[in-house]
Amino acid sequence: MSAGAEAVAAGVQHGGHRWVGFRTIVIREFSRIMRIWGQTIVPPAITATLYFVIFGSLIGRRIGEMGGVTYMQYIAPGLIMMSVITNSYGNVVSSFFGAKFGRHIEELLVAPLPNWLIVAGYVMGGLLRGLLVGLVVTLIALFFTRLHVEHLGAVLAAVLLTAVIFSLLGFVNAVFAKNFDQISFVPTFILTPMTYLGGVFYSIAMLPEWAQQISKANPILYMVNAFRYGFLGTSDVNLALSFALMVVAAAVLFGACVWLMEKGTGTRE
Amino acid sequence: MQALSLRKLTKTYRNGVQALKGIDLDVEQGDFFALLGPNGAGKTTAIGIIASLVNKTSGRALVFGHDTDTQLEAAKACLGLVPQEINFNQFEKVSTILVNQAGFYGIPRRVAKERMEIWLKRLQLWEKRDAVSRTLSGGMKRRLMIARALIHEPRLLILDEPTAGVDIEVRRSMWEFLRQLNDDGTTIILTTHYLEEAENLCRHIAIIDEGRIIEHDRMATVLRKLHSEVFVLNTRQPVAVVPELPGYAVKLADDGSIEVEVTKSQNLNEIFAALSARGVEVVSMRNKANRLEELFMRLVEGRDAETGLATPAATA
Repeated sequence: MSAGAEAVAAGVQHGGHRWVGFRTIVIREFSRIMRIWGQTIVPPAITATLYFVIFGSLIGRRIGEMGGVTYMQYIAPGLIMMSVITNSYGNVVSSFFGAKFGRHIEELLVAPLPNWLIVAGYVMGGLLRGLLVGLVVTLIALFFTRLHVEHLGAVLAAVLLTAVIFSLLGFVNAVFAKNFDQISFVPTFILTPMTYLGGVFYSIAMLPEWAQQISKANPILYMVNAFRYGFLGTSDVNLALSFALMVVAAAVLFGACVWLMEKGTGTRE
Repeated sequence: MQALSLRKLTKTYRNGVQALKGIDLDVEQGDFFALLGPNGAGKTTAIGIIASLVNKTSGRALVFGHDTDTQLEAAKACLGLVPQEINFNQFEKVSTILVNQAGFYGIPRRVAKERMEIWLKRLQLWEKRDAVSRTLSGGMKRRLMIARALIHEPRLLILDEPTAGVDIEVRRSMWEFLRQLNDDGTTIILTTHYLEEAENLCRHIAIIDEGRIIEHDRMATVLRKLHSEVFVLNTRQPVAVVPELPGYAVKLADDGSIEVEVTKSQNLNEIFAALSARGVEVVSMRNKANRLEELFMRLVEGRDAETGLATPAATA
């Protein structure tokens, strides 16, 4: 056995290869995000700017205050969260489906890496893009309004959990997708309406009782409100319930993704 | 030690197609092994199962003693795969593909870069290290997949039709490279449609057909099973009339050369002597068909005859 082969075998025996493998997946994902920055960073920045100009400055001025703050300050956390949701989901679904479509997912499938680590690598890629775009949108928001952070812990926990959950959902979509139509179906017809109706632009307290009850069935409402609580200190929903839901969703989805990989759904014949 | 052991390996696809019907296969460490079979015989399915790209239905696969059911990571670490289809990210640079693949095997980036240089130089791709992989020629893409499979220095290298669609010069240089690799201790399993390639390179052979191993032996032993060969004799002057050679089946080819079928009990000296006596001067000679190709066709056609299927030979 060559020295190189011996080193690989020793790494596998002690599990030391896993950290290098995980880091490599993350570096590859981050390189992809930066390589195609015109598709990954610029469009959400432009969209967020338009939202702030139209809803915040032009329309928001006529709306006045909401929840005790200016409308611009009210929608800023929602818009940041919307960009995190869209981009963490979009990153994993397009990267993993692209790897399936181009067959380079086989590079990972033949390698001595456990499935949970492959899932974790892709989720970390989605998390990085979500956070990066979220940061860009936050900087844009600061051009239009002043953002005061009330509870930093809540901001960080909410944004991290949300990015992880939507990265995992993107992974599930990519596993089942058989063509490019199927990776754009969920974001267009499910994710966007749910985000818009998830309290990004309004407080559900403005809605009639029946609409409030329907809104409470929308999981995105809990994520947006948990995040907004971190900035404004107010929320439409119970915070403990919000964070509990997010933790459970992240754990269940991670388990489901690993199970799909173990089974080989969409990846192995 | 055995580099690969397959035991009662079966695979039934969801559409009901039984691609493997319980194959047993052993490949010794250090061997250069040919796995041959017609299209759809089950070769790629078997390779897919060994490399964890296909889920098996039942049976066992062991790579250097590591069971792929219980010691999958150790088994994978011993294995390098060059697949039939291009399967690298065509938007990535050559160097990135190799360094990342090394990382998936736990090789730190500094070491990976050193190894990348070694393998790219050996496969004459070093000048292309910064090229985006989709800009490479077909032969270069094949060599890139070989370099990628070797970056972690596997003990067992499986190549699924590595020379398909590459020109003869590249093919010959790949043969040289693979021979050298095998001499250095890497066990190699090769599937190919160029039977001349298998005959030249491999010491052992298995022929798989309709999901079953129908031949599994030393190459020399398998080739000895051929009872006759057809030789083409090129003469100094074109021959107009078929020369009479008692006991031999002789016919004229279109270009005026002579085709003679020679069985194991006969010999070429008799033919040369008889032709010389008739004033026919033979200047060169070659096999009409590759010997392994001949045997392969007989084995596969024999299966069709047994099952009553029509074959070109059977209907001729």
